[in-house]
Amino acid sequence: MSLYAVQKFLYRLNREPDLQGRYRDDRDATLAGFELAGDLSDDEVAALAGPDVGYLFHLGVNGQILMHFAAFHGIEWADYLQRMRDGIAEHGPVREGVYAMTGYDGVEAHATELGHRPGGAGA
Amino acid sequence: MPLVYAGVCSHAPGITGRADQADPEVRGAFVESLDGMRAAIEASGAEALVVVAAEHFANFFMDNMPAFAMGMADHYDGPIEDPDWLRIPKFRAPGNRDLSQRLVTEVMQTVDVAYSEEWLFDHGIAVPLHFLTPGYDLPIVPVNVNCQGPPLTPLHRAWAFGEALRRAADAVPERIALVGTGGISHWPATPDSGKVNEAWDRDFLDRWCRNDRQALLDYDDLTVYAEAGQGGFEIRTFLAVSAAAAGAPGTVRFYAPIPIFAVGCTVADYDLHA
Repeated sequence: MSLYAVQKFLYRLNREPDLQGRYRDDRDATLAGFELAGDLSDDEVAALAGPDVGYLFHLGVNGQILMHFAAFHGIEWADYLQRMRDGIAEHGPVREGVYAMTGYDGVEAHATELGHRPGGAGA
Repeated sequence: MPLVYAGVCSHAPGITGRADQADPEVRGAFVESLDGMRAAIEASGAEALVVVAAEHFANFFMDNMPAFAMGMADHYDGPIEDPDWLRIPKFRAPGNRDLSQRLVTEVMQTVDVAYSEEWLFDHGIAVPLHFLTPGYDLPIVPVNVNCQGPPLTPLHRAWAFGEALRRAADAVPERIALVGTGGISHWPATPDSGKVNEAWDRDFLDRWCRNDRQALLDYDDLTVYAEAGQGGFEIRTFLAVSAAAAGAPGTVRFYAPIPIFAVGCTVADYDLHA
């Protein structure tokens, strides 16, 4: 089990088009060929292949790395945030790192409190 | 030539990626202020733009994380993110290897800076450039201060780096503009994304505008993390610009929390001729 190895794989995937292509073609084989594959637990491999954004957030993956990974998978913003919340509900608080939850009423409530109007397409 | 421009702005990916989800009036005012920053940079006659950014693992990881790094290439590609998600098409921005080399050489006299001839832009630079040099026609010198992978660059070293950048910019014949991007308080890329500590931001910007070195260095990471979130670590980029401005007074051109953008959107600059 290695948060470092999990993040290293995501770091490389986020920035390397060749690796992205191989991952798209065969996630399991690409993960098996990762230079730190031996440091990954079965749960971590499954989360990286899934992708299981909620579990990766629970593990403590840096949010910036995770956000780019979610975007790579075409996960919409609101869905991305919900997957992280679901991951915490299912697996418990963030294990380590600085990307823990601290409590927030949410964007809509906050925008209303500020007196903002809803956005509109093409704004 | 003496530094011709020094300012700061936000870089959150939601600014472009979720542009249509914000209050159009508030977003419009923010974009107008960014347009003003672009106009000011153009009016300064800048021949290159140094962007002090807090990158998000586009180039550097915990296998070899520099406290400071500068790009030294003739071009830079971006964004690394999915262009449809960021809503910024893939681009190639010009660099100037020779200029970078001279700047790095001078910075190194006082600060141990890493340099790289390979550098990919993530939203930390791509979003500001989208507004400040939309035609990608101004050579960029990318700079990174480690605001992501603890142990982070100490604040007083970010200040020293800003002083070194100023000395380097003043020493080259080209007219250099400087923009820092980041923060201020925010909890980005977490379920708390959208949260902003507006009072904390306004107090920070007051210190920034006074260019009060003592007040700007009177933060510690534990307190910043508690009060301004992990995104608050990016104040390092703002501090470097303060140091480079060498006591000049600052003006906030725009500040407003825009929750769907996940940050208190900010545009501010220093009057280098005061």
